[in-house]
Amino acid sequence: MKLKAAVQAALAITASGGVLAGAAAQAPQVEVLHYWTSGGEARSAAELKKIMQAQGVAWKDFAVAGGAGENAATALKARVMAGSPPTAAQIKGPAIQEWGQEGVLANIDQAAIAGKWDASLPAVVAKLMKYQGHYVAVPVNVHRVNWLWVNPAVLAKAGAKAPTNFAEFFDAADKIKKAGMVALAHGGQPWQDATLFESVVLGTGGADFYRKALVQLDQASLTSPTMVKSFETLSRMKAYIDKDAAGRDWNLATAMVINGKAGMQFMGDWAKGEFTAAGKVPGKDFLCLPAPGTDKAFTFNIDSLAMFNVSGAGQQKAQLALANAVMSPAFQQTFNLNKGSIPVRAGVPRDKFDSCATRSMDDMAAANGAGALVPSLAHGMAVDTAKAGAIQDVIARFMNSNMTPQAAAQALAKAAKTQ
Amino acid sequence: MSATPLNAAGPRTAGGARPSVRPPVQSGSRFGALADAWLPRLVLSPTIIASLVFVYGFIALTAWLSLTESRMMPKFELAGFGQYERLFELDRWWTAAANLGIFGALFILFCLAIGLGLAILLDQRIRHEGALRAIYLYPMALSFIVTGAAWKWILNPGLGLEKMMHDWGFANFTFDWLVDPDMAIYTVVIAGVWQSSGFVMALFLAGLRSVDDSIIKAAMVDGASLPTIYRRIVIPSLRPVFFSVLLVLAHIAIKSFDLVMALTAGGPGTSSDVPAIFMYQFSFTRGQLGLGAASAMMMLATVLAVLVPLMYLETKGARHGR
Repeated sequence: MKLKAAVQAALAITASGGVLAGAAAQAPQVEVLHYWTSGGEARSAAELKKIMQAQGVAWKDFAVAGGAGENAATALKARVMAGSPPTAAQIKGPAIQEWGQEGVLANIDQAAIAGKWDASLPAVVAKLMKYQGHYVAVPVNVHRVNWLWVNPAVLAKAGAKAPTNFAEFFDAADKIKKAGMVALAHGGQPWQDATLFESVVLGTGGADFYRKALVQLDQASLTSPTMVKSFETLSRMKAYIDKDAAGRDWNLATAMVINGKAGMQFMGDWAKGEFTAAGKVPGKDFLCLPAPGTDKAFTFNIDSLAMFNVSGAGQQKAQLALANAVMSPAFQQTFNLNKGSIPVRAGVPRDKFDSCATRSMDDMAAANGAGALVPSLAHGMAVDTAKAGAIQDVIARFMNSNMTPQAAAQALAKAAKTQ
Repeated sequence: MSATPLNAAGPRTAGGARPSVRPPVQSGSRFGALADAWLPRLVLSPTIIASLVFVYGFIALTAWLSLTESRMMPKFELAGFGQYERLFELDRWWTAAANLGIFGALFILFCLAIGLGLAILLDQRIRHEGALRAIYLYPMALSFIVTGAAWKWILNPGLGLEKMMHDWGFANFTFDWLVDPDMAIYTVVIAGVWQSSGFVMALFLAGLRSVDDSIIKAAMVDGASLPTIYRRIVIPSLRPVFFSVLLVLAHIAIKSFDLVMALTAGGPGTSSDVPAIFMYQFSFTRGQLGLGAASAMMMLATVLAVLVPLMYLETKGARHGR
């Protein structure tokens, strides 16, 4: 028994970087594992800390750096295996279900009923936050992924106009290329390839096709002519990407749009942070447009905090308080203003948000009403990590070889069968 | 060693050679004999236990995991060879394996050739040998991450070598291997060889210096030319060095992760993927621990496939007194 405790302690130390977890169980406190470590994100996390401290709950930060949260996921696994999970951890999408199956998540229905979450969250989002019908996670923000970022000065110089569909997009791209600039700023990393791909699929087939093919992984849809056409469009886009794009980070691609070296970029709304940090004004220095053909639809990427089983009434109360705080309109407003995303719940004052964010809110509400609110494949919201990874491999291979659209659709269907 | 035979073989009680290391107990006492027999074992046991658990124990654990259906968290019910079947069906695994073959072969070959060549040149008692040796050896002091990042900039067509040549007026110069899916793995070879050949040189140089001068002088007296002396006498006597160098290089090649991660991150696409990256991604970011463990076992098998024949040859050579 003693040995087991020692092993647990050792694992906990490795996982939390020297902080012995579970030792202090007296005062109510929440320990939150997250990867909000960059400037605006860290400010947002500090906001949550302030709210919790005002309620007399101590905040223990467990921040693990690393953009997509890969390091955080590894640290979390070590802690859960050691039997001392944090109060909450930043987990999103189907991964919440995977953790639910491990039987380590806590039921927070009590907070959800009191806060009327079902009424204030879109149904698709609420479903993602539940495991077997009970809330186990709380959503923090919504990122819209199907954006096209445009530099209007480049368009003007090339004599092109902002595109709303693929025909107009390729027309504008031709003109920009002829004017000697890069038409499409892109970074050739697998997740960016997948981001581009999902917007193209959404624009080509619409929300229902997107859902059938990339969320339900319906074999017939994956090999359908619409999918082949999506790959054809993607393949045409390759000609407008400069050859140095391989391995380029997304923010460097955004910088190309900011300083006028390139005209357009497909990227989620975190790109807005790069524009505003460079002192650019939305609507004037840059445009945020729905990706071609997707103005009625909305692909979302939602950050959420999953709640883990904690022992002791005090700790459980603190956990519910944390869930309440995250869903409160005040926090949703401050957090999302800092992060560049939009609030996930209804009823948040919107006067402080910029034009891109308010457009995003309107489009999300409209898409939700029209059944066109779909989860992002590239950002781990649509299918489990193993399948998403296999699909991403196919897209990356297509982007970097002479694979035909037909062969790509077949490979995609095979990848979707990954267990 | 310079110790006389009498000293080496003689009983410790005779004093003489190393009085300071003698235990402070009366020689010949039962306690002293016991301590003599058990003290070394006692002192060594923690390290032995640590390696048994943390190296061989974890190898066994990985082997076990590779036979289970482990997903995000380890599960310990055996489920047969399904993970290996799944692994062998993956195109991406074969890309990674082929890349390891290309990278390993070229990396070892070039490191050996360049390292040995530099060592022979430096062995000619030239001036400033120390400085030159430091220059060649120094890349080894950098981590592979730094090497990868630096070469990423040098080889990037829009930033480095190609742009420089264009700026100098050579408009037709192209060197875009880094962004060419077919050639990206060779940029890894370039960076790896740059990093490691100095280290190989240092090992060979030490080996060259230890070759008995009198044999070389005898050959010179017999009228052998310098190239002949190197080919027939010096290089054959470097056998043990070759063995160590091969061993080290093979390990570096098979476990290479940081260099590829920093230089190409396995890209463009998955074209410069290697097994180490494959293992990391599938185990830790794609929730396929069992599959990752299977790929790790295949990496271990590769190491053994290189190691076992080499060890066999080496011990056979030693038995024949070479």
